[in-house]
Amino acid sequence: MSAAAAGALHAPLRTRHDHQASPATREARWVRITLLTVSLGFFALFLLLPLVAVFAEALRKGWGVYFAALVEPDALSAIKLTLFAAAVSVPLNLLFGISAAWAIAKFQFPGKQFLITLIDLPFSVSPVVAGLVYVLVFGTQGWLGPWLQEHDLRIVFAVPGIVLATVFVTFPFVARELIPLMEAQGREEEEAAIVLGATGWQAFWRVTLPNVKWGLLYGVILCNARAMGEFGAVSVVSGHIRGMTNTLPLHVEILYNEYNFAAAFAVASLLALLALVTLALKTWVELKSGEHAS
Amino acid sequence: MTSSRRFHVLPGFGLSLGFTLAYLSLIVLIPLSAVFLKSATLTATQFIEVITAPRVVASFKLSFGASLAAAAINAVFGLMLAWCLVRYRFPGKRLIDALVDLPFALPTAVAGIALTALYAPNGWIGARLAEYGIKVAFTPTGILIALIFIGLPFIVRTVQPILDDLEPELEEAAASLGAHRWQTVRQVVLPLLAPALLTGFALAFARAVGEYGSVIFIAGNMPLVSEIAPLMIVTRLEQYDYAGATAIAAAMLVISFLLLLAINVLQGWSKKGKR
Repeated sequence: MSAAAAGALHAPLRTRHDHQASPATREARWVRITLLTVSLGFFALFLLLPLVAVFAEALRKGWGVYFAALVEPDALSAIKLTLFAAAVSVPLNLLFGISAAWAIAKFQFPGKQFLITLIDLPFSVSPVVAGLVYVLVFGTQGWLGPWLQEHDLRIVFAVPGIVLATVFVTFPFVARELIPLMEAQGREEEEAAIVLGATGWQAFWRVTLPNVKWGLLYGVILCNARAMGEFGAVSVVSGHIRGMTNTLPLHVEILYNEYNFAAAFAVASLLALLALVTLALKTWVELKSGEHAS
Repeated sequence: MTSSRRFHVLPGFGLSLGFTLAYLSLIVLIPLSAVFLKSATLTATQFIEVITAPRVVASFKLSFGASLAAAAINAVFGLMLAWCLVRYRFPGKRLIDALVDLPFALPTAVAGIALTALYAPNGWIGARLAEYGIKVAFTPTGILIALIFIGLPFIVRTVQPILDDLEPELEEAAASLGAHRWQTVRQVVLPLLAPALLTGFALAFARAVGEYGSVIFIAGNMPLVSEIAPLMIVTRLEQYDYAGATAIAAAMLVISFLLLLAINVLQGWSKKGKR
């Protein structure tokens, strides 16, 4: 699967060619107005309105109910677990991304393209299947189930399962940003550093890392957003134990299914805010990296 | 070029590749292989029995059908949106461009309950539609809406850079040779965008088939009517029928793989046609 869409640091929006300047490549005024109206209407209906609805529903019963839903013990423990899962999975996948990009971008070896495809695999698997695989390995009927039970260890329907599922679904984010970036930069600069007497680590810290910092940050931002927002995979391995194995998205589901809509949307609005912060940071990184490129 | 050299100056190949392979195997490959090993514990008859159960067949039809429809709708409107973002100037353009990625950033469960609130019979949009006797939430149409939501950025983000790179000379040449604007767009611009559009379509489709969080709230999950394939896996798991769940998962993986293969072949053709 191509690495496009879901991420890939793209240049900030600028109109490179102005097709509207010349009458030969300009659409008629009514065509432009129709296109704008239809596509912006589609955008507003399908993307903007759901976002607005989250906040409107959250505040429907007033600020008192809103804040009460956020400071309630189950919500707080869900926030803690969500932060914990992200705090483990983001650094792990960051380390993996750097290591994979170093091996793939700086060296030649057979089966490279295949390896890149395998790294992308978690993106083409349904989140539900991502959860299922860990149940198959660590569940009571799973491969390691009997052994885990003997030693009184729990992985699925407990916190380790949630962390594992989160690691799985966020697996490719950093790697797929860094691989093309480091490939494009080649290895002459690092080689020069080594020839001039730098150790491998020095070359990495002082040459490679500064060169890829924006791509790295971009990958981390996307990885973190997915880690905190994952629902399907985590839902399968969580067992939905309140106050124990509930992440924020799962807490939203429980509240919603209890018809406690105001509280469900209050917690959901936290996640929506996170999404908006993510988009803002992402746009900022795109602008920054664009400045550096030019 | 240095690629022909036997010895590398740079260190760390063994360490980085070793760690990459070990981590990839532990987190992704070994657990994923469990899907195929587990479904191999079923006999062929049992396997076929699981995946041809009426509820499962209905969920496959719904999941793949709705995903194709959503990707097709997004291909049309996503192309128009990408066109406007690249070619036209209008107020709020930068903000809209950033917000196109919202479905990537917004947790699926949040999208799911927000869409349900909008389209439920007492919601902002649902109430209006109810006056005309149209039901969206808790029907397959609701599923389509959720899949449109999550698929849109795939189309816009694959088409946008290609559209941005098109040289105006090409369209000027067509115009100077007497083509109408619409002829130019249809016969010059659209064929150039076709490969990117197909890639976006394939990505949106693949994502939609596996989608769970944004769909289950609005779907209503009625057996034979509005149950999606991932939900069937979850249902089997909740009944501790691991083999059944795995068989459905394996069938889903194979069908999506075949469909994506078909799209890739199609894409190969459209690239050839360009030359």
